[in-house]
Amino acid sequence: MDFKEKLLDSHLAFEQDVDLLHPIHDYRKKALKRFESDGFPTKSDELWKYTSLASIIQKDYHLSPTSESNIELKDVKKYFLNDIDSFKLVFVDGIFSPFLSKTTHDGMDICVLSAAISKSKYKKTIKKYFNKVVPENESLSSLNTSYTREGAYIFIPKNMEPEDPIQILHFSTGAQKSIWLQPRNLIVMEANSNVQIIERHQSLSDHKVVTNSVTEIYADSNSHVDYYKIQNDLLTSSLIDNTFISQEKDSNVSVHTFSLGGQLTRNNLRFYHKGSNISSTLKGLTILEAKQHVDHNTLVHHAKPNCESHQDYKGIFSDSSVGVFNGRIIVEREAQKTNAFQQNNNILTTDKSKINTKPQLEIFADDVKCSHGCTIGQLDKQALFYLNSRGIPEKEARALLTYGFANNVLESVKIPNLNKRIKKLIAYKLGVNLGFDL
Amino acid sequence: MIYCIFAYNLDVDIMAYTEEELKKNLETQEYEYGFYTDIDAETFPVGLNEKIIRKISEKKKEPKWMTEWRLESYEAWKEMEEPDWSSLKYEKPNFQNISYYSAPKQKPNLKSLDEVDPELLKTFNKLGISIDEQKRLSGVAMDVVVDSVSVATSFKDTLSEKGIIFCSISDAIKDHPELVRKYIGTVVPQKDNYYAALNSAVFSDGSFCYIPKGVKCPMELSTYFRINQAGTGQFERTLLIADKESYVSYLEGCTAPSRDENQLHAAVVELIALDDAEIKYSTVQNWYPGDKKGRGGVYNFVTKRGICHDRAKISWTQVETGSAVTWKYPSCILKGNDSIGEFYSIAVTNNFQQADTGTKMIHLGKNTKSTIISKGICAGKSQGSYRGLVKISPRADNARNFSQCDSLLMGNNCGAHTYPYIEAQNKTAQIEHEATTSKIGEDQIFYCNQRGIDTEKAIALIVNGFSAEILNKLPMEFAVEAKKLLEISLEGSVG
Repeated sequence: MDFKEKLLDSHLAFEQDVDLLHPIHDYRKKALKRFESDGFPTKSDELWKYTSLASIIQKDYHLSPTSESNIELKDVKKYFLNDIDSFKLVFVDGIFSPFLSKTTHDGMDICVLSAAISKSKYKKTIKKYFNKVVPENESLSSLNTSYTREGAYIFIPKNMEPEDPIQILHFSTGAQKSIWLQPRNLIVMEANSNVQIIERHQSLSDHKVVTNSVTEIYADSNSHVDYYKIQNDLLTSSLIDNTFISQEKDSNVSVHTFSLGGQLTRNNLRFYHKGSNISSTLKGLTILEAKQHVDHNTLVHHAKPNCESHQDYKGIFSDSSVGVFNGRIIVEREAQKTNAFQQNNNILTTDKSKINTKPQLEIFADDVKCSHGCTIGQLDKQALFYLNSRGIPEKEARALLTYGFANNVLESVKIPNLNKRIKKLIAYKLGVNLGFDL
Repeated sequence: MIYCIFAYNLDVDIMAYTEEELKKNLETQEYEYGFYTDIDAETFPVGLNEKIIRKISEKKKEPKWMTEWRLESYEAWKEMEEPDWSSLKYEKPNFQNISYYSAPKQKPNLKSLDEVDPELLKTFNKLGISIDEQKRLSGVAMDVVVDSVSVATSFKDTLSEKGIIFCSISDAIKDHPELVRKYIGTVVPQKDNYYAALNSAVFSDGSFCYIPKGVKCPMELSTYFRINQAGTGQFERTLLIADKESYVSYLEGCTAPSRDENQLHAAVVELIALDDAEIKYSTVQNWYPGDKKGRGGVYNFVTKRGICHDRAKISWTQVETGSAVTWKYPSCILKGNDSIGEFYSIAVTNNFQQADTGTKMIHLGKNTKSTIISKGICAGKSQGSYRGLVKISPRADNARNFSQCDSLLMGNNCGAHTYPYIEAQNKTAQIEHEATTSKIGEDQIFYCNQRGIDTEKAIALIVNGFSAEILNKLPMEFAVEAKKLLEISLEGSVG
């Protein structure tokens, strides 16, 4: 039995555990039908031209953990941001861990989706927002929708701002030899609200794990969202991250993606504009080695006038790693005075590394400024020599230049602790220890 | 002069226009070359089957291997499906509703122009082409193809002294079968794509050119195409071989009369540049674009590809102003070490025109270089796309590519799109890609105004600058006229 059939068959068992009368169950059923007809994307699908899921979906996965696994705080503490007593939503093998988490209902809701589904006071919000920005034609999102059960639920009302950044952490323990996780996050920001969110997926042993995650973000007028995705998982885990963002007027959403680990990572990041004066920022830093494969597939849909979008993706590829960047900007006829910018720079350091990039513009309005730039090259030999000649060893010199290359993405990280953490991760990845801050 | 074929309204001083007038003029401008010549033409019944292909082959007195080659292509084509991956919207042609052969009836063995059908000569005169004048004045040797059959070939003698072969492909199949057989289908294989397969099966004529080793062709070679007969598809096939250390510059111009139904044009162009050779291939395409309401016009589905051996260079330059639908990607396979590929393009679309054009640069050899400069200008309700591929294979050390795609949009009903594919599999590759889309900035105009240049002139100036990079790549003879044509077309497109 292939994995698609298993997913379809197992849905019956899944249905026994959920409330079939809840309105979102209609979405589940509809999405399952859609997935049944669409199936997994293949390379003949233009959006998946450079990324094959074949190696992932050939295998068999458990769809839910057979037993609850307990993990100690000390096992996972290092994945929390140090010194921050922040709100945390921790999921272990897809199941919420109240013991490791810190939630609140005080003035705002930072809790889990299963609670929001089951309690009637959230019904209105769920009905208004759930699955409203997820496109129907993306089969992996449909698959996630059909298995919607657990994930983060964040609701920030008007004029509110949580004091600390919110961390969403997904751990998989390896209690099963292989597991397929499908978290579903819903984030609703009312007018003038503010939030910073850090999301991380981490496996704790070298078992097979695939995460097919969907995150919906609704940013109402003048709200600010800073979303950071840290992808530094083990080489045995893969991640398909689907993030859909709907922005109202004057809102400002930025998403930073740091892709450092994982076997196969696919980021479907989509911004939909619903009002004017919107600003969207998409930044990514990818540093790969071994046989890693990262695919950034972005879309910014400019539908209203006077909006801005900035995309800046940097990639450094060594060993036999493969990078893919497919950035799409669509500017509708109504979206006059759009300012859309897209930049993708790549460095290949070995003979076997590959990069496929396709920065794409589709423009239907005339009074716009849209540009994209893309480069592929190596570290500047003269710059390296300059550093070498001043007594900086080869490895450190390379690291310095790499930092310089990546700095554009790092400088807009607004959480100082996170910034430091990422720099450390990069230093570790490059095998150097730089004794100063950059 | 040949150039007049794509130059409309040249006698109007563009500077005298206001922006509004220009726009209006552009919108109402009818296709000036939309006349139909009543030449006694021999047309096959519509439809496509094995019999028709055999008949075409027989008509052209082709050797057996050619007939077989056509039939092979036809078998392959039958198995293929029409591609639909482009963002083009058009009514799919009915391939059984096209006549695959239309030749002006000729007296046998033409020796001079006097023997050519006088009606046909009139056509040329209407187009502003006088073959005699051509011979005397410009030194351009022309191979005129009306409805796919080469009618008059000039300057043959001058060329043959140098050993250059420049003739119709039908003659080449008869007179130089060894060359044709060796090279045809080597760059664009029969099964390459749907339209290439169709062309391989039914091509009625086209040009053939061979430049011997070490010869620098002393003049610009030129072929001129025109679709005349209603309900005919134009399937010409061009094969150009530049032997070692040779050089040739080749021009191609196209027009078609205006008709309500869509006409199909599916050509194949193959270029072969052997070691140290250089080919410069320029196209000015001005097929009938359809009327203001988007009726009629030519479907231009063309496969153009060249292969570069060691140290060879192929340079494509194209000015695309016509056709209802353009779907073409002149490409270079940089097989040899140190070979160079270039692509310079301007595509202007207006009314309901759609252009999906670009290039493929396939880097296989070491130290290969490619440059892509593509400019798109869209007005009216038209859609223009750049779609290109730059591929660096694992063995192509030190490959270098520079790509730039700029689009200018005029009005709120058109669209400009960019789909660049970049695939790098070698760490020494150095690739840059840049694309911008905008209208002419108010600050740019203001800058000019402030220096005493009025708005109309400022627009002309900026547009000229926008396109100069490409126009300068055209051979002198073409450049002057093309520049004027584009100035007018471009003028209306921005503002």
